[in-house]
Amino acid sequence: MKKVAPTGGSNAWPAKIRRIRALVLKETHQVVRDPSSIAIGAVLPLILILLFGYGLSLDVKNVPIAVVIEYPTPEAIELAAGFRLSPYFHPTMTRSMPPAQHLLLEHQVDGIVRIPADFSRHIAAGDANVQLIVHGGDANRARIIEGYVQGIVGVWSARLAAQGQATLSQPVNVQSRLWFNEANDSSYFLVPGLVVLVMTLIGALLTAMVMAREWERGTLESLLVTPVRTEEILLGKTLPYFVLALFGFVLCVLSAKFLFHVPLRGSIWVLFGASMLYVLIALGIGLLISSWAKNQLVASQVTMLATFMPAFMLSGFLFDLRSMPTVVRMITYALPARYYVALLQSVFLAGNVWSVIVPNTLVLAAMAAMLALASRAVVRKKLE
Amino acid sequence: MTGMLDALLRIAALTRKELLAVLKDRRSRMSLLIPPVIQALVFGYAATYDLNHVTYAALDQDHTAASRQLLAGLDGSGVFERVANLQRASDIDSLIDARRALLIVQIDAQFERRLLSGQSADLQLIADGRNSNTAGTAMGYVTSIVQQFNSSWGHDHGFAAPPVQMVTRAWYNPNLETRWFMIPGMIGTLTLIQTMMLTAMSVAREREQGTFDQLLVTPFRPFEIMAGKSLPSIVVGMIQATGVLLVAQLWFRIPFAGSYLSLYAGLLLFLLAAVGIGLLVSAVAATMQQAMLYSMLLIMPFSLLSGLTTPLSSMPSAVQYLTAINPLRYAIDITRRVYLEGAGLDLLTSDLWPLALLAALTLSAAAWMFSNRMQ
Repeated sequence: MKKVAPTGGSNAWPAKIRRIRALVLKETHQVVRDPSSIAIGAVLPLILILLFGYGLSLDVKNVPIAVVIEYPTPEAIELAAGFRLSPYFHPTMTRSMPPAQHLLLEHQVDGIVRIPADFSRHIAAGDANVQLIVHGGDANRARIIEGYVQGIVGVWSARLAAQGQATLSQPVNVQSRLWFNEANDSSYFLVPGLVVLVMTLIGALLTAMVMAREWERGTLESLLVTPVRTEEILLGKTLPYFVLALFGFVLCVLSAKFLFHVPLRGSIWVLFGASMLYVLIALGIGLLISSWAKNQLVASQVTMLATFMPAFMLSGFLFDLRSMPTVVRMITYALPARYYVALLQSVFLAGNVWSVIVPNTLVLAAMAAMLALASRAVVRKKLE
Repeated sequence: MTGMLDALLRIAALTRKELLAVLKDRRSRMSLLIPPVIQALVFGYAATYDLNHVTYAALDQDHTAASRQLLAGLDGSGVFERVANLQRASDIDSLIDARRALLIVQIDAQFERRLLSGQSADLQLIADGRNSNTAGTAMGYVTSIVQQFNSSWGHDHGFAAPPVQMVTRAWYNPNLETRWFMIPGMIGTLTLIQTMMLTAMSVAREREQGTFDQLLVTPFRPFEIMAGKSLPSIVVGMIQATGVLLVAQLWFRIPFAGSYLSLYAGLLLFLLAAVGIGLLVSAVAATMQQAMLYSMLLIMPFSLLSGLTTPLSSMPSAVQYLTAINPLRYAIDITRRVYLEGAGLDLLTSDLWPLALLAALTLSAAAWMFSNRMQ
């Protein structure tokens, strides 16, 4: 490295390559000797995706529910049996409302189905009511429960109509189909979203830690006296961690496919290409934050607040972007995670949809380029 | 007696010094006070499963008054926006694929004729399942609009009413707004990150800079040092929680049903547990880097597996057992139940004792590790 860098001419290129190679080699040695970064880059993504992939689900099954039969007529008992046979419910039968209300208050059940005492009499008259009280706290869950109860009551009244005991009158029936996720399994969209969350955190962590360490030990300044240029330092720093994070990414994808059985309908190369871009962005964000922040307490908090929480809340991983108010939606446009979530959900579930892939990849590429330039500027300024 | 008073004075002095260290720098003061409020505002709007803008395309092959009446019901709901009128079924794919429409509503020819002859007709609904939860909610909205259509059509054309009607009421959240559920849950979530990190990093910083050893040669006892390190974080956590609470009440106007005493009692136990975990992290970590890494690695599962966004009851039982050590899980339950249901401390014991246990265990483990290091 003591050689004077040739200025211009055809020799400049190989010297550059040699310098980068040396830096990469040095950094790789450091990675291999320090197991903590291997743990962060490769082992951690696997642990996180396993934990969250199994842990997160929006599917509602075995809902504890109280069924109040105020007067046990054959009709009431038959309807209640529908709840007992359903895989969605785990009913507790009571004879009156107070014990059921107590169960709801204690969070032992999520809802109460009340079959009133005059139920059978009203069926004959054609104006029977079934009352449902749901715990509205978790409104999403409450709505799903309401739909299931509606289904059971509907099936039962259809049977009643088929037996000729009542006339069924449903002018319009809704026949719905859920494309890309016929089984309505929430892990289909949660797992690709989790890959985004995990890669966001891992990428930022890897570089935030590395650069902070270099600043602290002053080793970056000592590189300054060598002919190495800023972008070469950055490239040499990023490349080994890039490879490490990609390794973690591959483990995530393998577990999504083979453990959580999320279909991968698009091309694996599109998936890989877009993810390489995103890993670069995540590494770049970590680099920027650690170079910018003065003390590590601030750096660590900013990393957490600026990467993980927005990716969790604002990326479209869970919450629908179109339903957010305009101001909040504007913020989401600045988030790389937003584009990556759209890409992963499409490539995993829908296939190679170029109208989604091309624009999102272009935005990610532009963001990666901007981050690279910004990091170069910040590091240069710091070294001066 | 004087010994105890001295101890209290020493703790107060240390707490004051710690608070000053955190709050005297403008950047770090801002980084503690501003983020929770901004996050509560932004995430409060973002974190909802309710939909207010659903794009759909109509494939109306009937073109009759009945089909138009049904579609008008969708358009007039204020939620659905018709982005296209399709002519052929072959256009559906590209529209859904490109995410231009979340739903396709298809009405077959003969729709009105079947209805007028007293038969039932089908409405085909195709939804983009790339986020199946959003799709399911949107389909639920369509179903309820179709039900309205059914009852008005049935009424006008002499259909008998369905034999059994379902009457639904939602307790504690009558309009079933997810925001009511999310924002009270954020009181704990948004305070956890910084409370835990602040504790873990402040001890780690002193250890890295060697000032921790200087503290040890002062007359402070290990317990007093720990109290002096925990109290500032708890104060910061309380201020942050209050900020989020104010946003929930004054900005989002979510009615507070419970008592502040119960809420703050629960929050205090939660913050004690969070600080205890932070201290434990700093006792294990050798450097600030490690302290930062470990706290991030705890915060991520704590906040994802807390019941904030996905219900605990949908988790497999093995994961549910794991969440027993997650203080946020209890805090979210406490804040929600106090906030929405007005639950008192007597109804919250199942959340309070695990928090107390967690706090006691982590704090005493951290104290033990610190005093062991000192010898």
